[in-house]
Amino acid sequence: MTDRPHLAVIGAGPAGLAATLAAAARGLRVTLVDSAAEAGGQFYRQPAAELRARRPQALHHQWRVWERLRDDLRAHLRAGTVRHLTDHHVWLVERRPTDFVVHALLGPEQEDPATVRADAVLLATGGYEQVLPFPGWTLPGVVTAGGAQAMLKGTLVVPGRTAVVAGTGPLLLPVATGLAAAGVEVAALVESAGARAFARHLRPLVSQPGKLAEGALYAAQLARRRVRPLFRHTVVEAHGTERVEAVTVAALDAAGRVRPGTRRRIACDSLAVSHGMLAHTDLAESLGCRLDGHVVHVDDEQRTDVPRVWAAGEATGIGGSALALIEGRIAGSSAAARLTGTEPDRAEWDTSLKSRRRLREFAAALDAVYRPPAHWSEQVTDETLVCRCEEVTAGAVRAAVDDLGAGDPRTVKLLTRAGMGWCQGRICGPAVAGLAGCRPTPSRRPFARPVPLGVLAQEPDHPTEEGPS
Amino acid sequence: MSSPLDLADARPGPAFTVTLDDREIEALPGQTVAAALWAAGVTSWRTTRGAGRPRGVFCGIGVCFDCLVTVNDRPNQRACLVPLAPGDVIRTQEGTGHDD
Ligand SMILES: Cc1cc2nc3c(=O)[nH]c(=O)nc-3n(C[C@H](O)[C@H](O)[C@H](O)COP(=O)(O)OP(=O)(O)OC[C@H]3O[C@@H](n4cnc5c(N)ncnc54)[C@H](O)[C@@H]3O)c2cc1C
Ligand code: FES
Repeated sequence: MTDRPHLAVIGAGPAGLAATLAAAARGLRVTLVDSAAEAGGQFYRQPAAELRARRPQALHHQWRVWERLRDDLRAHLRAGTVRHLTDHHVWLVERRPTDFVVHALLGPEQEDPATVRADAVLLATGGYEQVLPFPGWTLPGVVTAGGAQAMLKGTLVVPGRTAVVAGTGPLLLPVATGLAAAGVEVAALVESAGARAFARHLRPLVSQPGKLAEGALYAAQLARRRVRPLFRHTVVEAHGTERVEAVTVAALDAAGRVRPGTRRRIACDSLAVSHGMLAHTDLAESLGCRLDGHVVHVDDEQRTDVPRVWAAGEATGIGGSALALIEGRIAGSSAAARLTGTEPDRAEWDTSLKSRRRLREFAAALDAVYRPPAHWSEQVTDETLVCRCEEVTAGAVRAAVDDLGAGDPRTVKLLTRAGMGWCQGRICGPAVAGLAGCRPTPSRRPFARPVPLGVLAQEPDHPTEEGPS
Repeated sequence: MSSPLDLADARPGPAFTVTLDDREIEALPGQTVAAALWAAGVTSWRTTRGAGRPRGVFCGIGVCFDCLVTVNDRPNQRACLVPLAPGDVIRTQEGTGHDD
């Protein structure tokens, strides 16, 4: 043990890795805590080591960047400046007068507790996907686009033989390309955004030629496989009894409504669907950090408004891996400077801030282009389940609003149980709000993960794990 | 036809056997319960508490809890997170799983 300040970084995706490396290089002891078995987060998700993939880069983009992160992390682990706790699911970060205690549950079953004490924390918990409901979305074989990608990258499996990839957002392209490369026939790529929306946001979009080239590369790979994206189209229904057997897609008009007479049925055995990403904010919320809408509020240095708590990556706004990397680097450098009483290198700092500004403008432009169809809820029949866990239908949500006068998602939840199940409203939250005609509100979950009662009852007083030396 | 294993040039150790409701299925070292079931062509392994509808993987990353399954007599395990070991006994789960 030394008296160097100890930073706990939660999340080992692009943001958490960059933050860890920046902070460790500038003299902090860092404990990197992540629920996955390996570092990488969503973007750099690796096949399980036992699968012994010799060419994991075949499923990846920017492999070089990952190699550099991985090698730097290994060097710090060897030097003892960083400790990486894998399979640690953090359910609460407790703020005490002079330090923080990170509470985690171990392993995939998440039952055994572990705690880490630190002088400061950096939240790099990333996000998860949003899918808005439509008839048939609960059928087996309907998966989130990122989920299909995560299963493919992490365990080298695919959901079926013939897939439709649908929804909206930049993630659809790599997912369709990845599935096609892995031998799945991609029957259609259905994107609800249209060319006109791109034209309106041309300036920030063309300012990132690298990103555009990446998109063009995916498009070319898909074209070679004869997958042509259907723009301004949406999935209106998934059909099947025991699993998805087909989907009906339709064209959208300029207002975002399904055009009459354009429905067509496409046979498939899987549907990968996504309507954008949502930030993981539970840990920040329970620490009392201010949120901006649905993301953690941070200042120029990626500091939250709670002293000694930083946040970076998609927890602070959805913007992809490049932005997550730069935010992580800024947050790690800031934490090191603030905790050791030094100044960050001015020139490097200014360059980082400039890249972050450009990438944020690019992300904002993408966000404006990729919006779910404005009238998505018109396709949601009363029988459609909205809350998958508690099996609450759209009809029940509408009745709570129309007949019982519920005016916000919380009241809908109390009246219908939508959002009270296992996932705690993470999946149905935006849909419930959309159907109720109100803005989603932060849900204020007490814990980031379900916690066995036994663990709560026997919370140890003393941290079981200290930081690296 | 190319497969994801070919694409990544994976050379896993020998496959081992687990059971899904007494049916034998092959799994590869490193696969989660969900991955082995997908590889065996199975996409649902749970029925819901209310309407008894089939469910399997939805989010793939541990967020949605749609993929709950009973592994070695422990119900409510997320199939997308739990790695498999030789001889594991997987049971499809009905409702809350507490009758298992
Ligand atoms: C399923 C999925 C797949 C995706 N695939 C791609 C893709 O192929 N290409 C692409 O360009 N973008 C993809 N994205 C978008 C991607 O999230 C970002 O581009 C990038 O990974 C964001 O980096 P990050 O560091 O902010 O977060 P992430 O990469 O999401 O990393 C967050 C990390 O925090 C960990 N974590 C979160 N909460 C806790 C907790 N309570 N306790 C412990 N650990 C925790 C997670 O396990 C994860 O490792 C995907 C997103 C999702 C949700
Ligand atoms: S698929 Fe969502 S938790 Fe496993």
